Amino acid sequence: MSAVLRVRAVAKHYGELQALREVSFDAGPGELIAVVGPNGAGKTTLLSIIAGIQDPSAGSVSPGPREVGWAPQQASIYSRLSVAENLELFARLEKLEDPSAAVERMLEQTGLRERAQERASRLSGGNRQRVNVALGLIADPPVLALDEPSASLDPGQRERLWQFIVALAGAGTIVLFSTHNVSEAQRYAGRVIVLAEGRLLFDDSPEALLAAGGEGRGGDLERALVRFLAQQGAPDGQDAR
Amino acid sequence: MRWMLRKDLLILGRSRLLVALLIVYPVAIALLIGFAISRSPARPRVAIVDETPPGETIQVGSQRVSVSRYAQQLFSQVQPISVSSRAQAVAKVRSAEALAAVVIPPDIAAKVASGTSQGELEVIYNGDALEQSLAQSQINSALAQANLGFSEGIQRAAARTIDLLLTGGNLSVLGANTNLIGLREIPPLLARVIAREPHGADREALERVSSFADFAAQNLNASKNVLSTVGQPIRVHSTLLHGRRTPLDTFAVVVAVSVSLMFLGVLLAAGGVALEREEHALSRLLRGLITREALLAEKALLAAGCAFIVAFAMLAGVGGFVALDWSRVGLWLLALACSALAFGAVGVAIGALAREVRAASLLAFLLSLPLALLALVPAGSVGGGFYDAIGVVSFVFPFKASLQALDTAVNRASPALAGSLVHLLGLTILFAALARIGLRRAE
Repeated sequence: MSAVLRVRAVAKHYGELQALREVSFDAGPGELIAVVGPNGAGKTTLLSIIAGIQDPSAGSVSPGPREVGWAPQQASIYSRLSVAENLELFARLEKLEDPSAAVERMLEQTGLRERAQERASRLSGGNRQRVNVALGLIADPPVLALDEPSASLDPGQRERLWQFIVALAGAGTIVLFSTHNVSEAQRYAGRVIVLAEGRLLFDDSPEALLAAGGEGRGGDLERALVRFLAQQGAPDGQDAR
Repeated sequence: MRWMLRKDLLILGRSRLLVALLIVYPVAIALLIGFAISRSPARPRVAIVDETPPGETIQVGSQRVSVSRYAQQLFSQVQPISVSSRAQAVAKVRSAEALAAVVIPPDIAAKVASGTSQGELEVIYNGDALEQSLAQSQINSALAQANLGFSEGIQRAAARTIDLLLTGGNLSVLGANTNLIGLREIPPLLARVIAREPHGADREALERVSSFADFAAQNLNASKNVLSTVGQPIRVHSTLLHGRRTPLDTFAVVVAVSVSLMFLGVLLAAGGVALEREEHALSRLLRGLITREALLAEKALLAAGCAFIVAFAMLAGVGGFVALDWSRVGLWLLALACSALAFGAVGVAIGALAREVRAASLLAFLLSLPLALLALVPAGSVGGGFYDAIGVVSFVFPFKASLQALDTAVNRASPALAGSLVHLLGLTILFAALARIGLRRAE
């Protein structure tokens, strides 16, 4: 695997609070990586540093933020603009050579061509999240960071979103996503990163996490995670979901 | 910045209710303020009971002054409601039909004529402390004007009597006409008699009478001037220290336009920045798509541009009703542009602190309105220390500087326009810097 994403000894502190402590990992093309851990583990902080939303207190991330797509937990789209207008605005701001072609490509990828002229405020939660992800992908970045992409979606919307994300990874994009829904990590991720109190405790496949948590093949990843956190002495293993 | 501007105009165009509110509300507020400032205080409605007998006069020497003249003077100062009894007057005040009632008692003529006691009026008020204060000040002013007019009438009657004493003439005494000799005629008349009189005691006595008559005539003439001085001891002569006096109506126009400019500039800019955060777009934008400075500049310019257009349209529209000097339109535009920029900068500073549009709008409104009203507080109407504090607040908020710039541009008032424009540009830089810090801290 030739690493495209390199995270090296990234640390972040807010005053006395240490949100991340020397987190390091690499990722290659097409990897779909779940970042899990208890509340306050540093998941969103890690993704936002990778996306360039925040600067790390120490350490480095490559590539730079312009090559990382970002989809925050709450869809960052303009409600009074249509889907196409949102996409076009960000294509223009990204200074893409052919903004219209980029809009067409994203409408195609997200399956929102029929809704292109619809105001974002009238979209369902799932479609808003698709547009949110599409905005992160408009510049065709090699890395996409998604902060809890399926939160607040119903099962049907969640399923359609994951089909889209899996297809992205299948096309070679490195996708990192944070989630509280460990079963999503089990179903879709090829790799799981476990954070607790800002420390990277685990970085391997879901199967390896099952084993580390004492679960057999096909076992419950959530139970394995809680047990793993308890073994590691994480303060609240029960809060890992 | 171009695409952000286009996006914001698109959003603004689709928020018709917001646009309508942003235009109608400040214009309504501005017109109300302008109306309140420009409208001269209404004459108070006062119930007046004249209990003096019809045709009652006050004797001043040989002259008579009608008591009804006083009532007429009072009538001219108020909106009079004539009533025939004190009870009716009280009823009018109780029902709030009249702000107050004035009772002119039947013995007023006798008291004034006595020369030993003042005539007394009864004034009846009603209402709470504020109403009483308003009524009292308005009635006192009206009574003062009526007193002045009445005293001028008495003064003129007294002057005519003095003239009669000095120059002589026909005087009606007890129905019979008597041709009196004037004091001024006595010395020459006596001089002719004295010339024929031999030296002795009689001639000396006549000479003493002549000297007295001469002395009395001179002093009586001077007493007319004394009478006018007593009637109105101090006359007012106004001197304006600097600049051209601004007529109240055109000043009201300037206030109204400044208020509209302020509300539009501040509210739009604050809402524009807050909208980016409310839509969760700020983090996406600020990761290299646009700099913080460019984002703030775009919001401030958009708000300033909209406020500028509305304010100029207001000024031009009002120009149809109030005489404005259109040859100074270049200066109007300059003052409007600098003011709009300063208000836009205040708006982005507020918007940088708020997390959502509603909070930003509320904060912008709560800050702007009282600060603008403070800037309108005239010197001397509050305590010195408090006025100094108001001065400091007004200096760091652009409303007063904007008002001065527009007043100078429109009405040629002082101080010089350049000073106000530099002040506004300084405040623009200050608030833009605060917005930049606020945006950084809020992320």
